[in-house]
Amino acid sequence: MTAMHKGLWLRDVAIDLAGVRLIALDAEVAPGAVLTVMGPSGSGKSTLLAFIGGFLDPVFTARGEARVDGVDLTALPAEERRAGILFQDPLLFPHLSVAANVAFAIPRHEKGRSRRRAIAEAALGEVGLADFAARDPATLSGGQKARVALMRTLVSHPRLLLLDEPFSKLDATLRGHMRSLVFDRARAAGLPVVLVTHDKADAEAAGGACVRIGDDA
Amino acid sequence: MEEALRHGPLSARPPPAAAMRWTRLAPGLTLAVLVAPLAFGLAFTALPAFGYLPALGGHVVSLRYFAAFFTMPGIVRSIALALGIGLATGGISFLLVVLFVAGWAGTPAFARLQRGLSPLLAVPHAAAAFGLAFLVAPSGFLMRLASPWLTGLTRPPDWLIVHDPLGITMTVGMIVKEAPFLFLVSLAALPQLKLVETRRLAASLGYGRIAGFAYLLAPALYGQIRLAVFAVIAYSASVVDVAAILGPTLPAPLPVRLLSWMNEANLSMRFVASAGALVQFALVLAALALWLAGERLVGGGSALLRACGVRFRRDRWLRFLSFGLVVLCAAAVFTGLALLALWSLAGLWQFPDALPQVFWLKTWQRQLSEIAAPFATTLVTALVATAIALALTVACLAREDETGRTGGRRALLLVYLPLLVPQISFVFGLQVLSLLTGIDASLAGLVFVHLIFVLPYVFLSLSDPWRAFDPRYAVVASGLGLSRGAIFRRVRLPMLARAVLTAAAVGFAVSVAQYLPTVLIGAGRLTTITTEAVALASGGNARVIGVYAFLQAILPFLGFAIASLVPALLFRNRRALRT
Amino acid sequence: MHKLFKLAVLGLSTALAIAGPARAADAPDPANWQAVLDSAKGETVYWNAWGGSQNVNDYIDWAGRQVKARYGVTIREVKVDDTANAVAKVVAEKAAGKNESGSVDLVWINGENFVDMKDKGLLMSPGWATKLPNWKYVAFKQNPTITTDFNTPTDGLESPWGNAKLVFFYDSARTDAKDLPKDTDGLLRWAKAHPGRFSYPAPPDFIGSSFLKQVLYEHIGDTSKLYKPVNDATFEQDVKPLFTYLDALKPYLWRKGADYPENYPDMKRKLADGELGIIFAFNPSEASSAIENGELPDTVRSFTFPGGTLGNTHFVAIPYNANAKAGALVVANFLISPEAQLHKQDPQYWGDPTVLAMDKLSEKERRKFADLDLGAATLPPSELGPVIPEPDASWTTRIEAAWKKRYGTAR
Repeated sequence: MTAMHKGLWLRDVAIDLAGVRLIALDAEVAPGAVLTVMGPSGSGKSTLLAFIGGFLDPVFTARGEARVDGVDLTALPAEERRAGILFQDPLLFPHLSVAANVAFAIPRHEKGRSRRRAIAEAALGEVGLADFAARDPATLSGGQKARVALMRTLVSHPRLLLLDEPFSKLDATLRGHMRSLVFDRARAAGLPVVLVTHDKADAEAAGGACVRIGDDA
Repeated sequence: MEEALRHGPLSARPPPAAAMRWTRLAPGLTLAVLVAPLAFGLAFTALPAFGYLPALGGHVVSLRYFAAFFTMPGIVRSIALALGIGLATGGISFLLVVLFVAGWAGTPAFARLQRGLSPLLAVPHAAAAFGLAFLVAPSGFLMRLASPWLTGLTRPPDWLIVHDPLGITMTVGMIVKEAPFLFLVSLAALPQLKLVETRRLAASLGYGRIAGFAYLLAPALYGQIRLAVFAVIAYSASVVDVAAILGPTLPAPLPVRLLSWMNEANLSMRFVASAGALVQFALVLAALALWLAGERLVGGGSALLRACGVRFRRDRWLRFLSFGLVVLCAAAVFTGLALLALWSLAGLWQFPDALPQVFWLKTWQRQLSEIAAPFATTLVTALVATAIALALTVACLAREDETGRTGGRRALLLVYLPLLVPQISFVFGLQVLSLLTGIDASLAGLVFVHLIFVLPYVFLSLSDPWRAFDPRYAVVASGLGLSRGAIFRRVRLPMLARAVLTAAAVGFAVSVAQYLPTVLIGAGRLTTITTEAVALASGGNARVIGVYAFLQAILPFLGFAIASLVPALLFRNRRALRT
Repeated sequence: MHKLFKLAVLGLSTALAIAGPARAADAPDPANWQAVLDSAKGETVYWNAWGGSQNVNDYIDWAGRQVKARYGVTIREVKVDDTANAVAKVVAEKAAGKNESGSVDLVWINGENFVDMKDKGLLMSPGWATKLPNWKYVAFKQNPTITTDFNTPTDGLESPWGNAKLVFFYDSARTDAKDLPKDTDGLLRWAKAHPGRFSYPAPPDFIGSSFLKQVLYEHIGDTSKLYKPVNDATFEQDVKPLFTYLDALKPYLWRKGADYPENYPDMKRKLADGELGIIFAFNPSEASSAIENGELPDTVRSFTFPGGTLGNTHFVAIPYNANAKAGALVVANFLISPEAQLHKQDPQYWGDPTVLAMDKLSEKERRKFADLDLGAATLPPSELGPVIPEPDASWTTRIEAAWKKRYGTAR
């Protein structure tokens, strides 16, 4: 195992709160693969995502590394980590149109308003939302919002995907659809995924390794 | 630990970046703005109060000015008036608000009235007081409406209503303004109470609506609005402008007399006035102490009733009474404002005519060039003070996000401090300070003294929506590669635009309404619409009072209109930001 | 936090220092008028004036626009509710050693406030009023109150602005002219017959104090006492008839004396509504002017006492530490120009009688004064009755204090 190999490598990660160990983890996630972290609510499983993404509240102490394709994310400020995150709420920016929400995420090196707009519209087209570009996000259905949130994350060219119970608020049929959409997309883009959930079905659909934490808490 | 977990592991901020470190200064600077003028002001009020102010010939520390103070004619009565008016305003406003909220919160009528009461907060005290005087005076609008067909009167009756010796009219004038304030503060606290569930539970156990609220929710609500009630008591006991317009005259409540002594050519009266300003401070403390004693009494009484299982099931009449009184408050203020507008356009308008015989624009035309300077001062002072207050508040709240710590109750008390210490007790000292340093009345000084009172309101108004902002938006944005500054500019500010503009409108309204600090620090050279309006109160020309008081009332309204129109236009296609 | 506060104070004081006036000119000499005009240009004159009357405020605003256009001098009216407030500012500044760049440049003044300032050395001296270019129009020979203010020589320390005489007003539509009183005793009888329809502003309002002096003059017996400073030994005795009168009047006053009108504009409003039946003011054209402005119905008429009523002159003065002395001189001079005096006497604007001598004016200007329409509510000068000169200033101060002690806290 070398430091330069592909995918996400969580090395000796340990997160404590007030001297109590919440998480201790050493894991690898290959590009396109999913690591599922399961645990009851309040077990602190989301702290792992906060640690990788770079927004862990200072009351927690954490050590260890999170390397993606050899780059140590923990050495970078959050905005340079390019950790795409999806929450159970789509969190579309309410002051921007649907297309502007997606365009907001496109990296700076894509120059020109019309080019960025074209990228955003193409991304929306891929999930069947081409006609919704100019809409107010508040007028979309739950499933539509979830798809926009996914595409917003993907066009930002993330290094990896962090999923914080992203399917738990969707109804049963939508949930299955969104699961396969997200995992297919991640696999197609070769993104390592960390999924935090308390839903066994999520873990089964993800198909990768599964870590359980806080069962005794 | 559990709390931290419930709170979630997210902080809205990426690790500190050098660019935003200046926010570290914000809490200290804000604290300085709130507390330092108070400390210095009180100190420089205390020095002359104890006879020491060499610049004005006071070299010996003594209690003689306190002695002189207590020999002023009618002084006990002046003190009692201030105390009584403060407690009566606080108590009745509080009772009214609690009864109204208990009886009506969660109903459609409540929602409708809520929209009607919010603008009341924008009406400056002086304008509301003038309006009320034009309404209820023996020669006022109500009497005109009823005369002569009902009363048979062609001349106003010789009744002492405005300036009544017990200050009843003045108390009413304060209540119509302070009850809406407490009401809006309560509204902010309501979402934290399980209102509907508790009401159903209480009803299922056979309790009347008001009793259920009083037993189960009122203690929690009171805990949330307690400081605001204190502020109402302190303010009402120390108010000058409303007292000058509606209050007793022979003698006047203490604050009014202090201000007039400050202006006497006999310099020793300034020392007496300073001693009186400290008495005023003690008076407010005494009022609050009495209130605290009352708290226990009411709490004990309520507990006793609860223990006896008194259900007070038939409370319809009380609910409707509270509803009626709240509507009456709003109606009185709005009718008063309409009367101000009417008078400003009136030619001859004799009793008992219900409407003027002649309407003309002459009064407005004649006032235009005189209004220009005070109008400009009002606008500039309010805008600059509000902008600074907003910047400090936003910086403080941003710093909260960075550290993950809010100031908690102690910080809240500090924010309320300038609203609890009587203005007259420390602004006197600031005036002495400006005399000592030879600094003349200047716009900078005026802005600074307004800031002391604008800042708390801006902070109180903005902090709740700011803290309610979902930090995950910032997390998402930073995951998309946005820097902290960009998140602030492109996500947070636009999403909080409405809250920020509303806080600005509140600050603007507070500045426009400031009377005492403007009079003392502006020293007559810098005048605002408010000081001009109150100065004209003695002039008795209702037409000119109408012009100034109407302008005074309309300015804050414009501020609130802009605060709600700008986001409405900006986000006209964004449903989530329109409510 | 301490450091921060120091910083804030430093910043603030710098801002204040920059904003505050910095230059202190030596007292300008009105004999060299061109030099006065030159140094006045660009100055801002803070004029402290009783702000209770809208006519007066409007007039000051008008004067401000004139001197701005002609001499580049800006007037800022500082409205005070008692002239003593302006005196207080200067007193405090002197005590604090602020001997230049004071905050008051010009003050509308007369009587006890003038005497107070003169005695305390708070006025710009030497006397300057008689050296103003427009002094040549002033009726100082015909009118002794221009040079003697409340028994004190003015010595050119204040410049006349207008004449005043106590005049009474009533609404002929509501009050029968036959019953009108001819002296203060008649007034007491009228008040008894019409309870609640008469009152006077609470002293130290100057109109209220004037009413007390009118009563005192008519009842003291030996009026010569009033033209000497108060004699402490006999004061109680001297004012006894005054307070006997007021005690007798009180039960019949508006609100039975539990409240008093604020000042004469307040009484005007109460006359319009019929709350009061007889009011008074110091300006014979007050009613005409008020009718013009819709404040009073056109049925209001005026009357005086055949035995005479108080009369005086009001002035403007410059404090010794004024910041804009040259500007203040320019304003004072403008105020006694025929044009400014004509505008002032026009009831459309104010209606305050002129201090100028008609025979010193040009034919054209004289005609303009003669052509002024004073209105039906104003008595012609021939019917204004004799003038009772103001008592020595010490009387005003003392009877105000005595009144306050007796009635200042009702019931």
